Amino acid sequence: MNDVITNILVCGTGGQGVMTAAEILSQAAIARGLDCKKSEVAGMAQRGGVVTSHVRFGKRVWSPVITPGTADILVAFEVAEGSRWADMLRPGGVAMVNTIRLVPPVVSAGLFKYPDDPVAQMRAAGVTVYDFDAGAIARELGDLRLVNTIMLGAIADYLPFPASELEEQIVGRFRERKPAMVEVNQRAFAAGRDAAGSAKTKTSAA
Amino acid sequence: MSAAVQAKPQSRLLLSGNDAIARGVWEAGAKVAAAYPGTPSTEILESLSLYPDLYAEWSVNEKVAMEVAIGGSMSGARAFCAMKHVGLNVASDAFMTVTVAGVIGGLVIAVADDVGMSSSQNEQDSRFWGRFAHVPVLEPADSQEAYEMAKYAFELSEAYNTPVILRLTTRVCHVKAVVQVGEKVKHDIGGFKSDARRWVMTPANAKGLLPAQIAREGKLQTLAEASPMNFLDDGSDKRIGFVTSGPAYMHVRESFPDAPVLKLGFTYPVPVALVEKLAAGVEHLVVVEETEPLMERELKAAGLQAIHGKDLLPRLGELTPNVLIPAIKTFLGEPVPPTTTYPKFDPFPRPPTMCAACPHMGVYYSLARMRKNVQISGDIGCYTLGAGHPWNALDSTISMGASMGIALGMDKARSEETKDKAVVAVIGDSTFLHMGMQGLLDIVYNRGNVTVLILDNRTTGMTGGQNHAGTGKGLNGDDTPRVDFVRLVEALGVKPERISKIDPYVLPVVFKTIKRETAIPEVSVIITDRPCVLSEFYTKIEPYKVVDDDCTGCGNCINVGCPAITVKRSESKVRPDGKVNELKFTTIDTAMCTGCHMCVESCGPNAIVLAKPAAAAE
Repeated sequence: MNDVITNILVCGTGGQGVMTAAEILSQAAIARGLDCKKSEVAGMAQRGGVVTSHVRFGKRVWSPVITPGTADILVAFEVAEGSRWADMLRPGGVAMVNTIRLVPPVVSAGLFKYPDDPVAQMRAAGVTVYDFDAGAIARELGDLRLVNTIMLGAIADYLPFPASELEEQIVGRFRERKPAMVEVNQRAFAAGRDAAGSAKTKTSAA
Repeated sequence: MSAAVQAKPQSRLLLSGNDAIARGVWEAGAKVAAAYPGTPSTEILESLSLYPDLYAEWSVNEKVAMEVAIGGSMSGARAFCAMKHVGLNVASDAFMTVTVAGVIGGLVIAVADDVGMSSSQNEQDSRFWGRFAHVPVLEPADSQEAYEMAKYAFELSEAYNTPVILRLTTRVCHVKAVVQVGEKVKHDIGGFKSDARRWVMTPANAKGLLPAQIAREGKLQTLAEASPMNFLDDGSDKRIGFVTSGPAYMHVRESFPDAPVLKLGFTYPVPVALVEKLAAGVEHLVVVEETEPLMERELKAAGLQAIHGKDLLPRLGELTPNVLIPAIKTFLGEPVPPTTTYPKFDPFPRPPTMCAACPHMGVYYSLARMRKNVQISGDIGCYTLGAGHPWNALDSTISMGASMGIALGMDKARSEETKDKAVVAVIGDSTFLHMGMQGLLDIVYNRGNVTVLILDNRTTGMTGGQNHAGTGKGLNGDDTPRVDFVRLVEALGVKPERISKIDPYVLPVVFKTIKRETAIPEVSVIITDRPCVLSEFYTKIEPYKVVDDDCTGCGNCINVGCPAITVKRSESKVRPDGKVNELKFTTIDTAMCTGCHMCVESCGPNAIVLAKPAAAAE
């Protein structure tokens, strides 16, 4: 990897697990012996606001924040949040988007409009978007909390290290404390990889 | 957090700056640590409380935290306190004099500036305090430095008989980075030894100590010039040499990898000679500091010419690469290519909201109903969100506890137009105990006509739910005496018949109580008693749903402001008189609903019912 820095922006809303996902990505990088920085802006995130986490890793990382236009991967836990941060991507970067629409009170009350199709908007601007309903996959697997693992699985094939290393970070968290959750997380991780794969095929065919 | 507590010496961990500082403080052998929660500093004490062999507390405010640390230091213990930037304003009275008296055990004050304003009321630069108080300032740039400087600060403090400021910013506190930790050193408590000339700051005693304080500053200047925390990263592009500190250093290195950079960690007193040495080898010198031009001005005052800084760079906010690169390239006369390829979509704002069932909503729902007739003086906490949609029921927020005094000032400065308006002050439990009590006493003493609402949700909410003197629990969750707010305000002089304790979930009672008390021209206190939904004291009840056929679209429930209630369908209905009614038919997210039933009380047609029939819920 030499001096190449990998920039991953994880975004979503308060309570969706954005920070946990970023933490797991960072731990995977550290386990490789890489330098890593993870930076969050979540002043009042607990109250349903916008949450982003910047993850940067490589041989030596300086700034803890990703400069707009340089993110390799955008992981969006919510579809409109994906569009909000699309400008952070470098040309050719990938936006991995969970299609759930979380409508805030200001929209529900009619003060603002939720865009009809944020994914189409991003695509029209030339962004490479792979989108799927991670919530539906999680429900099928029996636990909505698996969205986190599914989203990580989805980007696993876009990292500069083998997917198995990221999977190990997730599974390792459960192995000691909740061994019963290991297997379902492995399935969720695989389902995320598959979902990203089919989203890519679908996008390329379109 | 626990990973850092258990980590063996030389382990390599991913730690936030706050966790790294806690580790450094513990390794230094500190025995006393105190703080009041404040973003971005809160986690330092939470983390410290997990370590053995050390006393850690939540203090009622930053001044008391500082004083606890001072007492520890006087007694020969290494002592530590932490606060956010505005906290040091509160603590400054004690701080400005202990800096004259000095220390016995090392005394370290971590102060965290909110550069970029993620969760504060201002963006003040705490490095000023170093100049004001003649004490050294250490500025880490990342977690590793935060850990090392926290540990070193105690030695520095003892060696130079001075408190030390460890100045942090959000990008140190909340960035996780790799840290290699070390070993704990042993530092025994010497025990307090009486020394009135040293500790009793009468004018005569203090005056005798002032010359030493000034002399100390000179010695610290010499130390800073030789400190390994100030170092030069040499570079091949000599057009600009940068002088920088804190996380700005990281942004400079990221942006200009070939430029010489003088990285300052021991930043006050400013090591002028080091800067002069850099200046000799470069065409231009640019000082990159967050946020005020402090070093820049001091370097200019020391005679260094041709220094740039805030003439090129913004005076506010973070100096990230996307800010630095265009500014410096423009200065060099180079083209500035855009860094982004894709457009910035700005779909809609997503402001923070109150949680489903937040007890504050009932109060603001009621205040919004009487909005035209009240002036509402607010305070700092989750309830500041009452200023937002849909309540719009807050007129001022300035500083911790200020709702009290400001309300009294509003009361005493009534115009012809506002003479009949009620003045209401809204404050949370933790904030009231922090700095509100004195204000209420002032209202009582000066016969103010103010209705005070103390929103007791049994936690320090906005910072993530910390205990305080009103929760009955200490920092570690241990049982402690709990303040009785009714008896407290009665003791401050509020008449017993003017004190009401109510359930904020029962909207008619909330409305009637506020209405009744604001109509009486004297000080009243209304205490709402419901725990924060995120606290351990909260119990979820049965969720509700909207019966579609019964919903008339009046939208009253939307005005409660609960995020579990959303509009399902809107409809414009023309009334017989030609006016148009905007109807909003709603739905409740039963997974989010906790059964507080505030919306039930707001619903005229009784369209909101238990999601499960009561019998089945058993």
